Amino acid sequence: MPGPLGTISELRAQLDARRVSARELAGAAIARAEALEPALHAFVGLRPERARAEADEADARRSRGERRSLLDGIPVAIKDNMVQAGEPTTCASRILSGFVSPYNATVVSKLRRAGAVIIGRTNLDEFAMGSSTENSVYGPSRNPWDLARTPGGSSGGSAAAVAAGIVPLALGSDTGGSIRQPAACTGIAGMKPTYGRVSRYGLVAFASSLDQIGTFARSAADSAAALEVLCGHDAQDSTALPEPVPEYTKRLSGEISGLVIGLPREYLVEEGVDPAVLRCVREAIAELERCGAKTREVSLPHTKYAIATYYLIATAEASSNLARYDGVRYGHRAANAKDLGDMYRRTRSEGFGAEVKRRILLGTYVLSAGYYDAYYRKAQQVRTLLRHDFEQAFAGCDVIATPTAPEVAFCLGEKASDPLRMYLSDVYTVSANLAGIPGLSIPCGFAHGLPVGLQLLGKPLDEATLLRSADSYQRRTDWHTRRPPEPA
Amino acid sequence: MSAGTHPSYEVVIGLEVHTQLRTESKMFCACRVRYGDPPNHHTCPVCLALPGALPVLNARAVEFGVRTALAANCSVHPRSVFARKNYFYPDLPKGYQISQYEEPLATNGWIEIDGEEPDGRSFAKRIGITRIHMEEDAGKSIHDATESGRNGSYVDLNRAGVPLLEIVSEPDLRSAAEAGAYLRTLRQLLRYVDVSDADMEKGHFRCDANVSLRKRGAQEFGIRNEIKNVNSFRYVEDAIRSEIERQARVLDEGGRIIQATRLYDPSRGKTRVMRTKENADDYRYFPDPDLVPLTLEPAFVERTRLTLPELPERRRIRFESEHGLSGYDARLLSTSRSLADFFEAVVAAGVPAKTVANWILRDVLKVLKEREQEIEDTKLSADALAGLLRLLEAGRITAKSARELLPELVERGGDPAELVSVRGLEAVSDLAQIERAADEVIAANPENAQRFRAGEEKILNFLMGQVMKKTGGKASPGVVRDILARKLKG
Repeated sequence: MPGPLGTISELRAQLDARRVSARELAGAAIARAEALEPALHAFVGLRPERARAEADEADARRSRGERRSLLDGIPVAIKDNMVQAGEPTTCASRILSGFVSPYNATVVSKLRRAGAVIIGRTNLDEFAMGSSTENSVYGPSRNPWDLARTPGGSSGGSAAAVAAGIVPLALGSDTGGSIRQPAACTGIAGMKPTYGRVSRYGLVAFASSLDQIGTFARSAADSAAALEVLCGHDAQDSTALPEPVPEYTKRLSGEISGLVIGLPREYLVEEGVDPAVLRCVREAIAELERCGAKTREVSLPHTKYAIATYYLIATAEASSNLARYDGVRYGHRAANAKDLGDMYRRTRSEGFGAEVKRRILLGTYVLSAGYYDAYYRKAQQVRTLLRHDFEQAFAGCDVIATPTAPEVAFCLGEKASDPLRMYLSDVYTVSANLAGIPGLSIPCGFAHGLPVGLQLLGKPLDEATLLRSADSYQRRTDWHTRRPPEPA
Repeated sequence: MSAGTHPSYEVVIGLEVHTQLRTESKMFCACRVRYGDPPNHHTCPVCLALPGALPVLNARAVEFGVRTALAANCSVHPRSVFARKNYFYPDLPKGYQISQYEEPLATNGWIEIDGEEPDGRSFAKRIGITRIHMEEDAGKSIHDATESGRNGSYVDLNRAGVPLLEIVSEPDLRSAAEAGAYLRTLRQLLRYVDVSDADMEKGHFRCDANVSLRKRGAQEFGIRNEIKNVNSFRYVEDAIRSEIERQARVLDEGGRIIQATRLYDPSRGKTRVMRTKENADDYRYFPDPDLVPLTLEPAFVERTRLTLPELPERRRIRFESEHGLSGYDARLLSTSRSLADFFEAVVAAGVPAKTVANWILRDVLKVLKEREQEIEDTKLSADALAGLLRLLEAGRITAKSARELLPELVERGGDPAELVSVRGLEAVSDLAQIERAADEVIAANPENAQRFRAGEEKILNFLMGQVMKKTGGKASPGVVRDILARKLKG
């Protein structure tokens, strides 16, 4: 088995120095993915032939002296809820069995135009609903740091693939923490940009007003390189933001003196969080202060309503977004239905897993006549309050620091029978989705031998400051260079 | 069939009209709007509702919506919101229809209608427009084996995502005839502002009617029934009449109206229950998070207002005052924008308005009706008709010849003066020739000549006919009359 691949910057240097070809990198990534698949189950599907062909094109370009982007020739993986022409998209659901997309998601087109080599599609919780990848119809992915544990979710496959050194970059989607929490669980950098910063066209919708595509990478610097490729306006997504995309990599000055870090009173309390996790986060904040940043306490008073608000809005939107899986046009269709109603009932009963059904039911209830005002409309009002909380907090600080998750990666099966406890692991992450602001998780130490994530939240469209802060921290610490043990 | 009103009950009707906007592409994707192509030919990831596809609003559809709203005197809202109407049906690919719900494009307008009840009583009133909103059409389900050529049900999504405008009236209509007049006026308006073909037979213009009765003098509305999707003007009025009769019968017998959605069966002339309120769907409307609220700058609305043509009502009034037409003629000529434009173009070419109106309403429309065409579909130009009428005014052709030439001008076009000479239709202007013919006729009909001289003036028409015959119908009747009268009296 080939050893772990380096960072994008390292691979970039090797490619530019012609010490390695894109074909060799793709080959190594695929061989490593295949070798680790029984242990990690990070992937839903690999595409070795097409990946090698794409790598050959990158090598041909390089021999002509062309380079499309910093990602040209770099092997990457995408979460299996972003469509790619000619490839199946399953969302880890039986309901999409047999579906092959005839079109590319905007992010896939962008990766291809940038020359990135997509080696395969990663595992996830069904329709990105979950925090552990245990809701995948293909079975759970495993955490490279401890195979008995979850890599987090819902983008657990992408996180595991980057943490295990299979690829230096993988795409995920984050609706309530689905990039940041698995990044924390696996000790890598996970970035959820501002809502609308990356086009959602071709991302299979879970909750449209919260969904955001982002990245898993080993470092803040690699995340910056990837975001330069992925961000930007898209005429096919009405919610995509038109603002020009900064050159994030050029903003990584390593300088954060004078940066004001807000410490939310409501997040940094002992209650509900593993003290060992909190210790790591506090130490990371202290390190940022040693880099020249200042801290001040801020308040996000409506935080206690965030989880409830999130699960009302997310389930409402999901109940409608998932209505299209009806067995009529593609995917699974139940056999031997008696009539139309029976076909719908059987198809959806057979096609969706328990968690997806639970959320469709919740969401349908939330939107129903007589309940809409009490639940959906109220949740939208609280969402506005949460957004105001952040606006006020950011009036006095540049970034906000919190733990990413209240605990380290939990054991598979530990919370599977307790959805409410599972939902609570999103407590620090959902607010960023509700407010639409960017968030980044980077590794900041270990508790119980497992990685701990520091979450940095930023002002809308201020990804650059988040990346610069994280990069400064990573220039002075080595948590992000720690690798999980190679499986025996 | 009853009169569509009722002596002891007041009829209350509100109409919801869905009209298809004549955009090139669909409401939320770039697929073409076209009929008659193979099923599912005009589809893409968006209108097929493939996983991950997202809607993008068609700016042209918005412009058409605003044009309509302004023409119907509505307030166009600076902000409106698209919502999802959730329900399952095989021809609804996303499992929801994108429509506007709590915040529509426009509200609070009106249109003027007038007409006549079957008993001859006439009405003229203003009908309120509650709201106008935009939405997408669903596809088409085909259950009929003769249409699909196979057993089972099939879905054609060519229509899925086609832009529609829903126009909801206030419950201001009081009879079936008023409902019919409202629909015709609305259709005329949609065609005038050029946003919709509004062709009911092609399904471009569909109507749901809410009908209720209340005791005359009562303030509160009665329980309403909604008649769904009636697909012709005649059926709308028939359906409303039969529903009024049904409800009156129930009330007369001391019964209670049950709120329901009904379908009209034209073959039986009756409505029947489709579903009752208890079984009504809960559409779980909520704002579509895939689309941002539609914001319209006041400047855009005002610019759009400036592009509106003169509307039929105003044009009719102007035709009366400016061209001295009768109310009746003015109404007929302003029925369609193309006909009214045609009329004005002929007048502008220097022909007296009354002559033009007479010729269009009597002769041109007759030819069009025979050919089942609209004026804009023919080869007849305003210049050609003006030329023809000028030849007539100048006495160079007779009315009979002009009438003969009209179908040819409609079918093939051309220069009337040239046609007249090619066909040898010049009026006989040689007075000597007419005098000779008159002498011959008088000589051949001594008895009739005597009767005329004895005061039986009607006989002159017979003698004129004889002279016209001798001149091949090409002599001007006025000239013939003068010559004959002079000779007979002299």
